[in-house]
Amino acid sequence: MQGEKILLLGVNHKTTPVEIREKIALSDGYDEPLSALKKIPDCKECYLLSTCNRVELLMVVEDRAEVENDIITFLFGGSLSEEERSQYLYIYYNADAVHHLFMVAASLDSMVIGEAQILGQLKEAYGYAAQLGCTGPLLNKFLHKSFSVAKRVRTETGIGSSAVSISYAAVQLAEKIFGSLKGKKVMLIGAGEMAELAAEHLVGRGVGSVVVANRTLSRAVDLAKRFNGSAVSMDERVQQLERVDIIISSTGATDLVLRKQDVKSVMRTRRNKPLFFIDIAVPRDLDPKLIEIDNVYLYDIDDLSSVVEINKSARDKEAVKAARIVDEEALKFQRWCQGRAVTPTIRDLREKVDGITRLELDRTLARMPNVNGKDRKTLEKMVSAISSRILHDPLTYLKSESCTGRDNSDMKVDVIRSLFRLDNGDDDK
Amino acid sequence: MNEISYLLFLSVLGVTFIASAAYLVFFFRQNKQVRTIARMILVASGILQTLYIASRYIQVGHTPITSQHEAVVFFAWATTWAYLSFRWRYSVKNFGTLVSVFICLLLLISTISSRELTPLSPALQSWWLPVHAGVSLVAYGFLSLAFCGGIMYLLQERELKSKRFGYFFSRFPSLDALDQLISHCLTAGFVFLTLGIVTGSLWARQAWGTYWHWDPKETWSLITWFIYLVQIHQRLTVGWRGKKGAVMAILGFAAVIFTLWGVTYLLGGVHSYAG
Repeated sequence: MQGEKILLLGVNHKTTPVEIREKIALSDGYDEPLSALKKIPDCKECYLLSTCNRVELLMVVEDRAEVENDIITFLFGGSLSEEERSQYLYIYYNADAVHHLFMVAASLDSMVIGEAQILGQLKEAYGYAAQLGCTGPLLNKFLHKSFSVAKRVRTETGIGSSAVSISYAAVQLAEKIFGSLKGKKVMLIGAGEMAELAAEHLVGRGVGSVVVANRTLSRAVDLAKRFNGSAVSMDERVQQLERVDIIISSTGATDLVLRKQDVKSVMRTRRNKPLFFIDIAVPRDLDPKLIEIDNVYLYDIDDLSSVVEINKSARDKEAVKAARIVDEEALKFQRWCQGRAVTPTIRDLREKVDGITRLELDRTLARMPNVNGKDRKTLEKMVSAISSRILHDPLTYLKSESCTGRDNSDMKVDVIRSLFRLDNGDDDK
Repeated sequence: MNEISYLLFLSVLGVTFIASAAYLVFFFRQNKQVRTIARMILVASGILQTLYIASRYIQVGHTPITSQHEAVVFFAWATTWAYLSFRWRYSVKNFGTLVSVFICLLLLISTISSRELTPLSPALQSWWLPVHAGVSLVAYGFLSLAFCGGIMYLLQERELKSKRFGYFFSRFPSLDALDQLISHCLTAGFVFLTLGIVTGSLWARQAWGTYWHWDPKETWSLITWFIYLVQIHQRLTVGWRGKKGAVMAILGFAAVIFTLWGVTYLLGGVHSYAG
């Protein structure tokens, strides 16, 4: 137990350009990489999350320097230099790892803060890991906790509603520009979740057709199928501008995807028909100078929020509230983790039994007014003897070396803690 | 008759003022009931304007379109009915507010110039007068609607571009609706303007012997006509729509106003009114 730690490694849309993320994103399911991870020596429990915006690896490992290297090699498969790795990769330990995962689950680390899809992805990934037996007592507890934290953030703050209302705002703006959306064409550049949500709203308002441009064409095809649309390659995006009216961009590219001169050249062929751009990527995909072109309208997330009158400060306020909840829960979980060690468990167990005997002794003594000092001492002695004898066996069990040589003290701690209900009161019971 | 006519004029002023006030209340409160009332009052104002013009006709014995006062009232009347006929076909959110205020302003301007009756010079006594002047002023009515649409377009466009969604954003119609409105009004206005110029030139042939003799008003009408011709042409061919279209509608209307008043006061010529 002592040499064990929680380790979280990952790359996300903030740290890593999309080209690198695509290299390590797992295109063919979780089974294979999870089985490979399990084979890494000293890896006790593992969990893997891969979405289009992030890849995160969560493990419980023995405290040994080489383990980390093994995992990094696993993640990047030797395709990157040492320097690049350290530039893109983030590694968190114990308390920080807990905090980070809670932030991710609560959608505070998302490209569009508050979008709900990440929780579903976390759960799906957990399903795979649990099925393959990759997760153990610690990660089970940890992941379940992260789900409940996400739920708590969602119910106690208004952070979830802003993501929905942002796509509603996009519709509202589009209607102020185009009047009716019937027969208008939408292009999604990048196939992110938020773009999907916005496109869904637009289609609901009568938008005629959807075109999806994405770096990986297969993903574009998948998404296009959902809207009965068509998929195009990323290089065709400028050409497509001649035909479409509304563009929602959400790639994770670090560079601009459309520049002013790209759009300007198209306006003539479009005969100045208005173009409506929505940029929900962070960092931005679209040249902010697009707005200078006549009949071109460009909005990013913050602009959209101001339409629905959740101004940025209110949104930030909700995010602060949510972050506070995450901090609080991370601290609680940290305390629980510490409690899992043998020594605190012994202390907790003693306290519990002592508390019970003391309480009962006091009650009995209160009903016996004639007891003198000497008898009282005898009674007390007897009670404490009973409690130590009762405790003797559980404590021996806790302290015992395991016969197989494998350290399974965390399992024993779990047994004792749940048998004596040592965790009650402080969390989601 | 003179008293009746005067009373009619006062009621036109009053009713139009109430109509635009009601439209303004609707604009700020967005209460649909107020809009219905405002619309009825504007229709009433249109009818009263018609009656007032009829009363003037009886008084002077010819179409009352020759003095400054009469021309402006006729302009207001043309705008009102252009708007109402337009409104009947399809609605553009809150357009009535701006138009009713514009009509109210026109009528206020008409109070400045003298309401005195002026006898018609023999040269103008012809049935060409109502046709030529009437058609031209109906053209101005439609073009003023395009102007109002252009102003609304620019205001709404500015809100959308600056990304600060203030007062106008929710109250003004969509850019597309305004652009279509401008386009329709321009087309209608341009057709009437062309007719006005053609009838004028035919009348000139009859009255003075030449189709065209470069009177300042004629010249400026032609300039106005060309401004509208260019923008309609550009709209159809290379797509001068949106902001450019709105700006051009406003510019064209500035030329209209100059032809109507600027020429009369600054340049003179055969079109100068007796008033």
